[in-house]
Amino acid sequence: MFHLLDAPLEAARPSRRNFLKLSAGALGGLMLALRMPGTAQAANQTGDLAQPFVHIRPDNKVIVLIKHLDKGQGTATGLATLVADELDADAAQVETNFAPANVELYKNLAFGVQGTGGSTAMANSFIQYRTAGAAAKAMLVAAAAQKWDVLAGEITVSKGIVNHTSGQSASFGELAELAGRQDVPAKPSLKTPADWVYIGKSFPRVDMAAKTTGAVSLYGMDHQADNMLVAVLARPPKFGTVPAKVDDAEARKIEGVVDVVMVPSGVAVLATTTWPAIKARDLLNITWDNSKAEQRGTSAMAEELADMTAQTGFTVPSGHGDVEAALSSAAKVIEIDYAFPFLAHAPMEPLDITVLYDGESATFWTGSQFQTIDQMVAGGVLGLTPDKVSINTLWAGGSFGRRAQPDSHYFAEASLIAKARLDAGNAPQPIKVVWTREDDIKGGYYRPMVAHKARVGFDEDGNVLGWLHRVAAKSIMTGTAFEQYSVKDGVDSTTVEGIGEMPYDLPAFQAEAHNAETAVPVLWWRSVGHTHTGYVAETMIDRLAKEAGEDPLAYRLKRVRNPRLAGVLKLAAEKADWGKPLAEGRYRGIAAVESFKSYVAEVAEISFREDGTVKIEKVICAVDCGIPINPDNIRAQMEGGIGYGLGAILRNEITMTDGVVDQENFDTYLPLRMTDMPEIDVHIVASEEAPTGVGEPGTPPIGPAVANAIAAAKGEWITDLPMSKHDLA
Amino acid sequence: MSVTITLNGSMLNIAADPETPLLWVLRDELKMTGTKFGCGIAQCGACTVHMDGEPIRSCQTLLEDAEGTNITTIEGNNGKAAEAVQTAWAELNVPQCGYCQSGQILAATALLNETPKPTNEDIDEAMDGNVCRCATYARIRKAIHVAAEKMEA
Repeated sequence: MFHLLDAPLEAARPSRRNFLKLSAGALGGLMLALRMPGTAQAANQTGDLAQPFVHIRPDNKVIVLIKHLDKGQGTATGLATLVADELDADAAQVETNFAPANVELYKNLAFGVQGTGGSTAMANSFIQYRTAGAAAKAMLVAAAAQKWDVLAGEITVSKGIVNHTSGQSASFGELAELAGRQDVPAKPSLKTPADWVYIGKSFPRVDMAAKTTGAVSLYGMDHQADNMLVAVLARPPKFGTVPAKVDDAEARKIEGVVDVVMVPSGVAVLATTTWPAIKARDLLNITWDNSKAEQRGTSAMAEELADMTAQTGFTVPSGHGDVEAALSSAAKVIEIDYAFPFLAHAPMEPLDITVLYDGESATFWTGSQFQTIDQMVAGGVLGLTPDKVSINTLWAGGSFGRRAQPDSHYFAEASLIAKARLDAGNAPQPIKVVWTREDDIKGGYYRPMVAHKARVGFDEDGNVLGWLHRVAAKSIMTGTAFEQYSVKDGVDSTTVEGIGEMPYDLPAFQAEAHNAETAVPVLWWRSVGHTHTGYVAETMIDRLAKEAGEDPLAYRLKRVRNPRLAGVLKLAAEKADWGKPLAEGRYRGIAAVESFKSYVAEVAEISFREDGTVKIEKVICAVDCGIPINPDNIRAQMEGGIGYGLGAILRNEITMTDGVVDQENFDTYLPLRMTDMPEIDVHIVASEEAPTGVGEPGTPPIGPAVANAIAAAKGEWITDLPMSKHDLA
Repeated sequence: MSVTITLNGSMLNIAADPETPLLWVLRDELKMTGTKFGCGIAQCGACTVHMDGEPIRSCQTLLEDAEGTNITTIEGNNGKAAEAVQTAWAELNVPQCGYCQSGQILAATALLNETPKPTNEDIDEAMDGNVCRCATYARIRKAIHVAAEKMEA
C-alpha cells in the first residue's frame, strides 16, 4: 500500500495533528487510563500491569494490544510474538485485543496516523512492541525483587515464570499487581537475536481457535446488538450518479422493514434483520440523477489512456541519461503498449459497519484499517470531535486495500444514515450497514485501469541504448489527505512506483506519468502500483534479454544493482533448477520485484490446457524481508500473495458498458479456485536487516513470471490483461 | 408459521418466514454467526453447512426446505473427521483472514466422512466450490491429507 516514508521505519515520526485537524484537547480525551514509559508510580486499582501495548492480568493472561488491523496477514500474531519474546511469556498465556482508535498511543510510526497498510505493520512495530515486552518484563522482575527482597540481577524469566536463584518462583499473574506499581523503564534493554525464543522460530496463531470453530462476533459482519437494525443500500448504477427521488411504498410492505433513508451514496432500507432489507431493496423505485455520471464504457477509457501515453507526460524525477538522444541514434526501436483493467479487491467479507450514534457521541464496530481517518471522517459527518468517536476494531475477512479508505466512505455513509434517523426523531439504535457481494463488485474503489508505453532503442547487437517509459492512470492519491505526501509535480508516486527507475543497469531511462480523470473511484489494491509496474518491468526485461540473445536470468544478474534483489533471483533460480530441462509441455519464467522494501523472486512453471488456458503447475518463491519474524507466516503470505495475483492476471477485470459495471458477483468476477492453485515452494533469505513487510510483496512477481513462461513457450508476451482474453491453445 | 429442524443435534422450532434463506436464519434469528455470508448466490461456499451430512449452500436453501432435516454448522461440527480436520487446520496454520474457513472446514469434513482417503482429484471436486480470497488452497489440500492420516491412526 502507500508508503509515506522512505526513512527507516524505526524512527518514530511526529504525529501529524495539524494535517488531521485534531485538536490537542480532543486527543487528550481519547487517552486511555494507561501509564506511559517514564511516568511515576501510580495507584494500581485494577490489579493489572496495564501498559499501552501489554496488559498482564492476575489470572496470568498476557493481553497484547494490537494497534493494526489484522485482515489475515497475521499481524496480531506477529505483534504478540514480539511482546512474548521480550517478555519471555509462555505462548499459551498470550491473547490479543485490538487497540482502540487513539492516534497518540497507536499511530503507525511510518504514517503518523493509526492505520495499517504499505506492508508496514511489523516494520514500524518491531522495536516498539519488543520494547513494550521488555519493559513489562523489567517491571515483573522489579516486583519479584521487591516481594522476595532479593536483587533483581538474581532473577530470571522463562516461559511465563519468574525465577530466583534460591528456587523461589512466581507466575506473571501473581506478580501483576505489584509489577503494575513499578516504574516503567523508558529504555529497557532488548534481547540480542541469539536469545530470541519465538522471533525467527514460530509462535502459534492467536486467531486459530476462533477461526476454526465459528466464534461469535469475530468479524464486523457478525456484530450483533440488541435492538439493532440492518441497512442495505440500493447503490447508484453508475459512478457519479446520485439518487434524486424514491418511491418506497412496495419496499415498506416487506415484513421487518423499518425505514427507508436516502443518502448521497444510495437509498438505504433499514430492517430488523438482513434478509428483509435485501429483499426490500429490490422493490425500491428510484429515480437517479445521472448528470455527473461517468457514462463511458471501459473500452473508451482504455483508448483514452493509450492515447495519453502517446503524449509527453509529467517527468518522473528518478530517471537518468539522455533518452531522446539514445532513441534517435538507435539502430532499432521497439514500442510496446500495455493495458491493465480495473480490478475489484473482493475480500471474502464484503464491507460492513455498525454505528451507534446518540447525537453526542458515536461508536463503531468494524474492521477499521485507517482508524484515525475513519474517526476524523465520521466525526466530520456527525459534527463530533474525534474523542467522541470510538472505534471497536474487529477482525476483517480480508481487505487487500479495500478497507483502507482515504475518504472513509463507509464510515461516512453509516454516519449519514444514523444521523438521518436521529434527525427524524428516532431513538438512538445500532445500525449495521451490510454490503452485498454485488455492492462490492460493482461498487468501485478499484485498482485503476492503467496504460503503459515502453519505447526502447537498441544498437546493432541488441544492446539497450535508452528506454522512454510512459504510464497513464487515474491518480489514487490526488484529492485525498495523502496527496501532499504522494503527488509531486503531477506525478503520483503510487502510479509509477516500480517503474520510475529500473533496478537494472541501463544506459538511459526516463519515465513520464499522465493522470486520467474519471468518476470511477480508485484505490490501492494489494501491492498498489507494483501490480502493473512489476508486470511491465519484468516482462520488458525478458524481452530485452531476448533482443540481446541472453538467458533471462543471466541478463538480470549481469545488470541488477541491488544485491538483495540479486540474492532472491539466485535463490529462486537455484531452487527451481533454472537452466535444467523441463518435462515436455512445461515452461518456466522468472521475475523479481522489490516492493515495500522487501525483495521477492518467483519462478513459475506452466503448461497449457487443451481449452487454451494456461495452467500454473508450480511456483518457486524466494523472499528477503529482513529478519524473518514468523517464518511460517511469511510463507503463508507469499502463498496468498501469489494466489491473489494469479487470480487477477488469469481472468479478473472490471469492465463497464455505458458507465454500468458488467460484473456482479463471483459468477462473473471469477475468483481463483482450488483447481487453479499451483504448488508453491517458498524460500526465505536468512537476514539480519530490519524486518520489512510480507503482506503485499508476494503479489507483483507472479504475473510477469507467468507471462515470461508463456513467452518461453509461445515467443510472445501478453501485454493486455487478463490472460483469459488470449487463446493460448 | 414455524419450521422444525434439528440443528447441531437439538430440535428447534423456528418461527420465521419459511422463505428466508437458512443462512440468514442461522445468522440473524439464531445469532450463530460462524456460517458466513460471502456471495448470496452459491458461488463461494462461505455459507456451507451440512444437511443430513451433505454439504449444502445455506444462502440458497430456504428455511422451509430444511424442514425435518439435520443441519450441522461450524459451531456443531464434531466427530472423528471434524476433529481431524480442525486439528490439521491448526497444525498447518491454514486460515489467514479466516472468513471462508467455516465453509472450507465443513466441506472438508463432509469429504472425509464420505471418502476417508481422498486423492487430489477428490479434493479438487469437493473443494472447488469454496472460494478463499487469501488463497490458502495449497494448505487446505495438505491439511485434508493430514486429516486423513489422523483418521487412520
